[in-house]
Amino acid sequence: MRYVRDTAALARKDLLLELRAKETLPSMLLFVVAALTIFHFALPRGTDSVAARGLLWSALIFTALLGLTRAFVAEREQGMFDALVLAPCDRSAIWLGKAIAVLAFLVAAEVVALPAFAAFFTGLDGRTVAAVALADLGIASVGTLFGAMAVAGRARELLLPLLFLPMAVPIVVGGVGGYLWFLALYDVLFALLSWAAFEYVVAEG
Amino acid sequence: MKLPALTTVLFAAAVALIFFYAPTDGDQGFSQRIFYFHVPIALTSYVCFGWGAWKALRYLRTRDERADLESYVAVHQGTVFGALTLITGSIWARASWGVWWSWGEDQLVLFLVLFLFYCAYFMLRYSVEAGPARANMSAVYALFGVVLIPVSFLAIRLSRNFIHPVVFTSHGPQMTHSQFLTFCVALAAMVSLFATLYHVELAGKRIDAHLRELRELLT
Amino acid sequence: MIVARGLGKRYGDRRVFRDLDVEVEDGGFLLVTGPNGSGKTTLLRILARLALPSAGELVLPARETIGYLGHDPLVYRELTPLENLTLFGRLYRVPERGERIGMLLERFGLWEVRHERVSTFSRGMQQRLGLCRVLLHDPGLLVLDEPTNALDADGLELLESVLDERRTLVVATHDPERVEARATRRLAFA
Repeated sequence: MRYVRDTAALARKDLLLELRAKETLPSMLLFVVAALTIFHFALPRGTDSVAARGLLWSALIFTALLGLTRAFVAEREQGMFDALVLAPCDRSAIWLGKAIAVLAFLVAAEVVALPAFAAFFTGLDGRTVAAVALADLGIASVGTLFGAMAVAGRARELLLPLLFLPMAVPIVVGGVGGYLWFLALYDVLFALLSWAAFEYVVAEG
Repeated sequence: MKLPALTTVLFAAAVALIFFYAPTDGDQGFSQRIFYFHVPIALTSYVCFGWGAWKALRYLRTRDERADLESYVAVHQGTVFGALTLITGSIWARASWGVWWSWGEDQLVLFLVLFLFYCAYFMLRYSVEAGPARANMSAVYALFGVVLIPVSFLAIRLSRNFIHPVVFTSHGPQMTHSQFLTFCVALAAMVSLFATLYHVELAGKRIDAHLRELRELLT
Repeated sequence: MIVARGLGKRYGDRRVFRDLDVEVEDGGFLLVTGPNGSGKTTLLRILARLALPSAGELVLPARETIGYLGHDPLVYRELTPLENLTLFGRLYRVPERGERIGMLLERFGLWEVRHERVSTFSRGMQQRLGLCRVLLHDPGLLVLDEPTNALDADGLELLESVLDERRTLVVATHDPERVEARATRRLAFA
């Protein structure tokens, strides 16, 4: 189907761009490990594992923000939204391709972050890993949409966290509490909304 | 106009009922009366955000700038009422239980999240130049907000299981008749106030726009 | 091919232009002149379907038959020419994509560097790649905003060969001497 092929072409482009923008992934990895280190010093002795899990989720959200801020940089600085919008493909395919790439680098960051967390704090259970996977879908969906909004404005790096963090509250609750069904609900609702709304964010008409 | 008159009447009635008619609460005493302000203000916020989201949808469908303006004004009012919710909630908490904030109050926590969300709406609007792009993005964001309301509420409910906040309120058994009547009048007054302020702000902004248009045609 | 009546555009309070009538016949060449900031770019973006007019009526060909080159060449700097053109070739569903890309790269003197990142190119080379992108899907309408700006001598010759091809053209430039002769219609912004 055309849509699938367009999305694949765009996702491929986005993944290539990310791999070549050498700063993004290493910064995210460094950031998440540094954050977890600070959190170790921030936790008093005898804190239970739930609190530690909470800090994992904080680290993940802020690391994701770091990556998301870079997501549309090429489009913004080189005016590439124009080039993409000119093409006859569906605008939502642009969102989907970018979200897939965002998801890929989120997972890449977590492949380091989760073992680091398990080593620094308590162990990880399957539930947390599943929650992280589900949360990634929500973060990628909403983050891609809001990322496109933020780059259109003036204070981009400031704007994205402001837009994104309130939306991240339910993700953190779902993650820390291990409510997989809730995370799935969040994903479905907001992925659909992001998918449908993207064309309005990226093009005038 | 009829609307300001209606608001004034309802408000007068509400204040009268709140201070002279509603029974004094056994546990919290006089300060419980702030409940009659706090909850209707909160509910009116929801109405504001809902109306804003509806107008946002209309904008995306019709691309009529007026719908964008109406959506903006509604969200603006909603944020103001939201701030009032937080303030009255805080005062209530202080007066009743001696704390300025309580994480156990689901409604209050929800409003904190929503307040942050809708403040970001204005940051978004401020950072993008006026035009179709800004209107589009504002509309999309307003729609996200309205979906976020129930999702956040659910999240806050769920978070109780692992946060164990200190819960002060027991919104106990059903309200008595007199309490319910007072509440309803207060609610009607608040919604009427929103409608009035909405039209006032909208009219003001439209006049601004007309003036600018005229000025432009003259140059 | 293009018919516009009473076209106006404003961004909030800022009016860019108002009451514009534009008509370009099939195969015609509209030359748009005027100083920077006068509204040329905005008009061209509207004609390229990147922006909507605030007022007036507009008849334009379909999106996929339009090619637009703005102030930026609109190519990804961290990709190679081949990767860029393959992406757009896919999105525009260009038939016989490989051959067409090869032919264009060759024509614009970029075949040897097709595997190198665009960020290593000079501005002139980037602009030439932009021209490749614009011609990739063989558009019936070409909208070019200041195309002479970044081009070197070779590039300018290639541009002129493009302008001579059978197409409808809208070109904005504040240096009209080079292309004036071909224009069938003119529009001057104050």
